[in-house]
Amino acid sequence: MGPLVPDVVSNNLNFIAALVIGIMFGAILEQAGFSTSKKLVGLFYGYDFTVLRVFFTAGIVAMIGVMGLEHYGLVDINLVYVNPTFLWSGIVGGLIMGLGFVVGGFCPGTSVCAAAIGKIDAMIFIIGAFFGVIIFAEGYPIFEPLYKAANWGSPRFFETLGMSQNIFAFILVMFALSAFWFSSIVENKVNKVNKPPIRFTPYYIGIASIGIIMGLSAFIFPERKASLLERVEDKEFVSSYKIETMTPDEFALCLLKINECNKFQIFDFRTEHEFKKMSLPKSTLFTIDNLFEKEPNKLLNLKHKVNVFVANDELTEKKMAIIAGELGYKRIKILEGGLETFKEQILNYTEIENPKTVDEQNTNRFRVKAKSVIPILIQNNKSAGPVKKVQKRVVGGC
Amino acid sequence: MEESKYMNPYLAGTLLGILLVATIYITGRGLGASGAIKSYAVTTMQTIAPSHTAETKFYKEYGKEHSSGSPLMNWLVFEVAGVLIGAFLSGLISNRLDLKLEKGPRSTTKIRVAGALIGGLLWGIGSQLGRGCTSGSALSGLAVMSTGGIITMFAIFVGAYMFAYTFRKFWI
Repeated sequence: MGPLVPDVVSNNLNFIAALVIGIMFGAILEQAGFSTSKKLVGLFYGYDFTVLRVFFTAGIVAMIGVMGLEHYGLVDINLVYVNPTFLWSGIVGGLIMGLGFVVGGFCPGTSVCAAAIGKIDAMIFIIGAFFGVIIFAEGYPIFEPLYKAANWGSPRFFETLGMSQNIFAFILVMFALSAFWFSSIVENKVNKVNKPPIRFTPYYIGIASIGIIMGLSAFIFPERKASLLERVEDKEFVSSYKIETMTPDEFALCLLKINECNKFQIFDFRTEHEFKKMSLPKSTLFTIDNLFEKEPNKLLNLKHKVNVFVANDELTEKKMAIIAGELGYKRIKILEGGLETFKEQILNYTEIENPKTVDEQNTNRFRVKAKSVIPILIQNNKSAGPVKKVQKRVVGGC
Repeated sequence: MEESKYMNPYLAGTLLGILLVATIYITGRGLGASGAIKSYAVTTMQTIAPSHTAETKFYKEYGKEHSSGSPLMNWLVFEVAGVLIGAFLSGLISNRLDLKLEKGPRSTTKIRVAGALIGGLLWGIGSQLGRGCTSGSALSGLAVMSTGGIITMFAIFVGAYMFAYTFRKFWI
């Protein structure tokens, strides 16, 4: 599961990756014509909308791509850098950058590009940007109140608007397509070209249909998490799904022999409050969200371990186990009857009076022993507390 | 030799979008540019006035956020070094390498130099407030649908269109 940094790609290798990514970034920008200020500011005067086309095409391709990665569980979005929202700072900063664009003719990325092929104005621009940062640094006390005002955290736009991700993506794709169409009309007017903005050449039909397919694909991408959560609400589906179970006795035996039985690891799906009050030895507090995250999943993926899911009732256990199973995790068992039954049959066991069969005698002997030992194990475990899973979000931005 | 034609913008955009997705998949972060300039600015200040930067809040906060070593051991510094190389190679292949100052038909060299310098200054300040520039905040923000990134993106466009008429003599 991505991002590959820092587990698959080490931090040092990441610098090499940065260099390679940068080379491709620079080459694409230069090939698109971003190395000349005349072309860059064209969109603000209507004579050349290349920047708008490249920018929005890249934006929606990347957006749909990230949605796809998220959808197929290839990337844990919780670990991806989402630019934080500081409302006023973002707006004022953007306006200043917009002014800088028409005054200077570049933005930082394109200025580097243009400087690389020998544009002197771009080199001067970079010097300006360098001093701009220093002005900001030295004047930080003046900028700070604005810089830190209205901190909204790192929401994503569809969350802020309270709409579904798919609809938002669809709207953006349609917005981009109409911007392409409208800008072509303007461009032709300004340049006095007498061509209809949309020519039904195979090329343009191709672009438009790819755009529309991408827009529609946003709807085919219901989030895997949402669809799984919905599926486990279907009672028939849940009851027909086969999950291996452990009886309370087997479970108790395993707790008693926890040292020999270290094949087992327990995932506790109760609330943190309940977990703190009573936690089983070698158990980890887990939430439904953890199942979809990258870091906690390393635990679930440990080879030669059997993952036992526990919760208060068997239904919750089963739902979680189904989700985990659908996500591709193997060797999952659930506790028959949930912890409620376990408490009733083991922890609060009342002996069968006058056991008649050998079976009943054995049950009595075992459960009485378990009843006396397991509470001590639980007591001793108390100090361990819930396992905190530290999530390290990638630090990005400028 | 003639300069080669530029790439079709939609094709370039698609390639750029795919590169951005790959970047997010590999590194968990998007592309950027202004952050590298910031790293150089901070390094320069720390070198020429170490006692000043040790006591100034901005540099202290920067140090706290970027704890690992020198500000130049930064992802964006490497990425922007790549941009320089990539753009140079692309210019070489397409016969666009040429040392020149480019300006609008009615503009003068003086105006162009001042404009580039002041424009740069504005970007330096603006990209700090916006927590990223067109690449780091607007494009990468759009890719992950960040509220802040998309707001900044629209603000950049609005700002540019708002002032475009005032500075038309620079370009047309």
